[in-house]
Amino acid sequence: MKFNLKVWRQPNTNTPGKMVDYKIDNVNPDMSFLEMIDVLNEDIIRKGEAPVAFDHDCREGICGMCSMYINGRAHGPLKGTTTCQLMMRNFTDGETIHVEPFRAKAFPVLKDLIVDRTAFDRIQAVGGFVSVNTGQVQDANNLPVEKEKADLAMDAASCIGCGACVAACKNASAMLFVGAKVSQYALLPQGQIERKIRVQKMVAQMDEEGFGACTNTGACSAECPKEISITNIARMNREYLSTSLLED
Amino acid sequence: MILDSKIPEGPLEKKWETYKSKVKLVNPANKRKLEVIVVGTGLAGGAAAASLAELGYKVKTFCYQDSARRAHSIAAQGGINAAKNYKNDGDSVYRLFYDTIKGGDFRAREANVYRLAEVSASIIDQCVAQGVPFARDYGGLLDNRSFGGAQVSRTFYARGQTGQQLLLGAYSAMMRQVGLGNIEQFGRHEMVEVVKIDGKARGIIARNMVTGELEKHFGHAVVLATGGYGNVFFLSTNAMGCNVTAAWKAHKSGAFFGNPCYTQIHPTCIPVSGDYQSKLTLMSESLRNDGRVWVPKKQEDCKKRPQDIAEDDRDYYLERKYPSFGNLAPRDIASRAAKEACDDGRGVGESGLAVYLDFADSIRRLGKSVVEARYGNLFDMYHHITGENPYEVPMRIYPAVHYTMGGLWVDYNLMTTVPGLYAAGECNFSDHGANRLGASALMQGLADGYFVLPYTIGNYLADEIFTKAIDTDHPEFEAAANRAKERIEKLLSINGNQTVDDFHKKLGKIMWDYCGMARTAEGLTKARVMVQELRAEFWKDVKVTGKNDELNPDLEKAMRVADFLELGELMIVDALNRNESCGGHFRTEYQDAGEAKRNDDLFSYVAAWEHKGENTDPVMHREDLKFENIKLQVRSYK
Amino acid sequence: MNWFTKAFTSTLGRKLVMALTGLFLCLFLVVHVSGNFQLFKDDGGFSFNMYSVFMTHNPLIKTVSYLLYATFIIHIIQSLLLTIYNKKARPQGYVKNSPDKNSAWSSRNMGILGTIILVFLVFHMKDFWWEYHNGEMPKAKYVEFVQDGEHKTMTDTLWQSYVEEIKKKMAASGGAYDPKISEYKQVIYKDLYAEVAEEFKEPAIVILYLIAMIALAFHLLHGFQSAWQSLGVNHRKYVPVIKTIGWFFSIAITAGFAAMPLYFFLK
Repeated sequence: MKFNLKVWRQPNTNTPGKMVDYKIDNVNPDMSFLEMIDVLNEDIIRKGEAPVAFDHDCREGICGMCSMYINGRAHGPLKGTTTCQLMMRNFTDGETIHVEPFRAKAFPVLKDLIVDRTAFDRIQAVGGFVSVNTGQVQDANNLPVEKEKADLAMDAASCIGCGACVAACKNASAMLFVGAKVSQYALLPQGQIERKIRVQKMVAQMDEEGFGACTNTGACSAECPKEISITNIARMNREYLSTSLLED
Repeated sequence: MILDSKIPEGPLEKKWETYKSKVKLVNPANKRKLEVIVVGTGLAGGAAAASLAELGYKVKTFCYQDSARRAHSIAAQGGINAAKNYKNDGDSVYRLFYDTIKGGDFRAREANVYRLAEVSASIIDQCVAQGVPFARDYGGLLDNRSFGGAQVSRTFYARGQTGQQLLLGAYSAMMRQVGLGNIEQFGRHEMVEVVKIDGKARGIIARNMVTGELEKHFGHAVVLATGGYGNVFFLSTNAMGCNVTAAWKAHKSGAFFGNPCYTQIHPTCIPVSGDYQSKLTLMSESLRNDGRVWVPKKQEDCKKRPQDIAEDDRDYYLERKYPSFGNLAPRDIASRAAKEACDDGRGVGESGLAVYLDFADSIRRLGKSVVEARYGNLFDMYHHITGENPYEVPMRIYPAVHYTMGGLWVDYNLMTTVPGLYAAGECNFSDHGANRLGASALMQGLADGYFVLPYTIGNYLADEIFTKAIDTDHPEFEAAANRAKERIEKLLSINGNQTVDDFHKKLGKIMWDYCGMARTAEGLTKARVMVQELRAEFWKDVKVTGKNDELNPDLEKAMRVADFLELGELMIVDALNRNESCGGHFRTEYQDAGEAKRNDDLFSYVAAWEHKGENTDPVMHREDLKFENIKLQVRSYK
Repeated sequence: MNWFTKAFTSTLGRKLVMALTGLFLCLFLVVHVSGNFQLFKDDGGFSFNMYSVFMTHNPLIKTVSYLLYATFIIHIIQSLLLTIYNKKARPQGYVKNSPDKNSAWSSRNMGILGTIILVFLVFHMKDFWWEYHNGEMPKAKYVEFVQDGEHKTMTDTLWQSYVEEIKKKMAASGGAYDPKISEYKQVIYKDLYAEVAEEFKEPAIVILYLIAMIALAFHLLHGFQSAWQSLGVNHRKYVPVIKTIGWFFSIAITAGFAAMPLYFFLK
């Protein structure tokens, strides 16, 4: 397969970037998108130029490190898939493929396709946990959890923190990420003690990071590689509003 | 130097308890003055960082990823073992201990493994309290499954994402401490040197991967939890960034390296499809609970479509060879059996390097919906990657490098031979012997991080309360930073003709061909020279683009591959030294009709290698393994 | 910041404001469309004109109408503020973007839809509300009287035929029949019905109204269910119900409104 690539190149955060054209042939349909970029980079390095910098690590769809906005979509055209598991057979031979970084004020570009997503860490650090120290806990089975609730919590917890929700949202909103984390704990008995303070702090931090508001378009969920539902956002809304306005 | 494993006195089941009750303590006011550096923030590092910060130490964490949440522990699919005996099926601490020792082919330290089995139950309690959504039954209690060659159901799981959920649990505990100001987190930082002052580990040099700056960080103690070195093979199930650099720098600074040749080849991975391939994808071992492994009986059938091969012409070789464990035989055994079948010319697929994992029987017996409920996400993943539908055609699988049992040698305290330098999780050599059982890696990482290090490190730090924080202008810090700087400058100045990946692929091929699933003295001897030559060539002809003072993935990779090129040789040396077959180390010369043949008289020891300088032979130190509680026997799964 | 301002200045609080004002406006639409259905009554506009009189003179309705104006203004201002806020969250856009692959057009273009509705609203208010209150309106002559203690109003024409009827009854009963009519007076009301009928003969106006109603339909299609989502309703049983209701609601309300100009245009 052959492709025309238009790739965003930007040396660092403070230097403006631009799209650069590359041609690549001999692409095997069984390659992943990242392997295709690997091959491109080998060519670029042989020419003595700087390879395209991109985030990636596990390459099996779970670490959330890979990003890329491919042909106008977070993680490319395939539903429920990260870029690392997107195979080239999903593209048409000869196609022009645009590759851009995830864009949001809260995700500044570090280089080329690499963005800084530590905003997520800071949101997690204010409330995305249960305050138990190591060792001070009871036997695991002393705390039964309704299976259905446990399953819903697991659905929410499967978030890989990749930021596709932010990238896809027209408002660069992080509601799905925060909503999933708030939901996981709101659904479980372990999370009840800090229920109020958690949602309040996480939402405040989310706003402070400069993410946009939610317009309920559902783009986040549609592009989420783990297909996390926007009902998690509704749950966060309810948690937030009830703890802000209704509960004593 | 005599290796002292510092195993506490007393009967096996009392050792850890006795240790804990006698361990030196640090009072809370002093803890605030003590700084601990944790490098690597996976299960072991994240759990250790969180637990140490909870205790009151000042902690700094470092990881090469942007966030601690991305460590490769996240990719573990199957589950975590714990001797809870919730199923009332006869499990116990002793049985988990015994299974782990036996699974490790009697090459692990009894006391460590017993402690691991002992704290395993607490891990589950801890994780549940953190809100880890383990699978539950309709009564709301935790569900278990049997996994990876165990005859009891002791594996706890969270769908096929157990590692992810456990890691996010540890990460959440860690982020809580970050929020409280007890942990300072350094993402996109790679440790490039250990700093030793007066013989003790006192800090690290870390390269800020965004700016290229070489930062100096002091710590009263340094914990390495930097994972395994499977990427020495180029292709492995490890994440792309997994590397040996931190452990290797520690080794070069005086920490001995234990059993480097013990590598685990996982039997159920998606086969290689081309030379562009960057990594191998593991399919959870849990698939072997319901899938049947086979190859054609006749070579001429190999190119036929699997559905066209008659039942009688199929060789369900695991069931045939190991009737009592069948398809659930431990990893090393299942991997080697697959290799044998393929070496026999009966491998399937384009390359002939694959065997079938067939679900047709299970689908018939259980129905498609049950199979889908159990393995749906794995089937989808397989479908995504290969374009084939495993509900209709059998999966093709082949073994791939997955885990390294070897690692930095540590004593019972998890301290390396450098005082104040600790190693936890996959990065140390300690608990798995020559082969790791499924669902045990998560257990060991968390055991080390949550329940072992917080005690043992206090024992060391209790004597350090009078040590003031050392200024990073100290000459040893300068010297270490200069070593790193020189290496970086050297790499950037070579400007040769071959890319870093060219070298990495060549190294991987040598390692896989000669130090992989089957090893011979002859091959290893040859491979050692090849690696030496490749390393020399690397330093003459590698091409690294860009500069140091920028985000430079090419340079990062070059630094890692440079270390792999040194480690590779040590692995070969170790494999050559160990004239026996055990667990993940199979020497073709030492076998009993295809089964590994241990030599307990000569090799019941840990080989701990001391670095003696570049291009100088390393020196081996023996730690003899004493089995006081169990009898060594031939490890049989027949 | 106290708890109240903190809650309402957060992104979630601002969405709450959008949701509550939006739902109140939905309620208004129900009242407005059902009241206006009297346009279809074949009584020469009597019912509709009387309804107009009621809506403009009842003190309770008047109070509610101020609340309504405020709601409109808050809904609009908040949406402007949110749009600015959201634009800031992505200072640099994508070179290539394919949002149509992951979300409905209407959900992404509530601002455009809202603007169309706003433009329409200005025109609509000027044409009817302003005219009714301040402009030259056609007049309708009605008769008010009390019959047997009951207040009645009729058009002049109806009154004439009613008088004929009474006269017949009186003749038939030989003068015994007493209609018991008192306090008879003639009144002149603004004939909004006639104004509406005249306006909707103009094709340009009809088209404007139809466009606005299509915009409103799409605005509601997203807005109705979105409001519940913002309020945090995520019940597995009731969310699908809300979605269905939202769909019917959007279609029914706007079809109802759209039928009015069409009715007069085709009449």
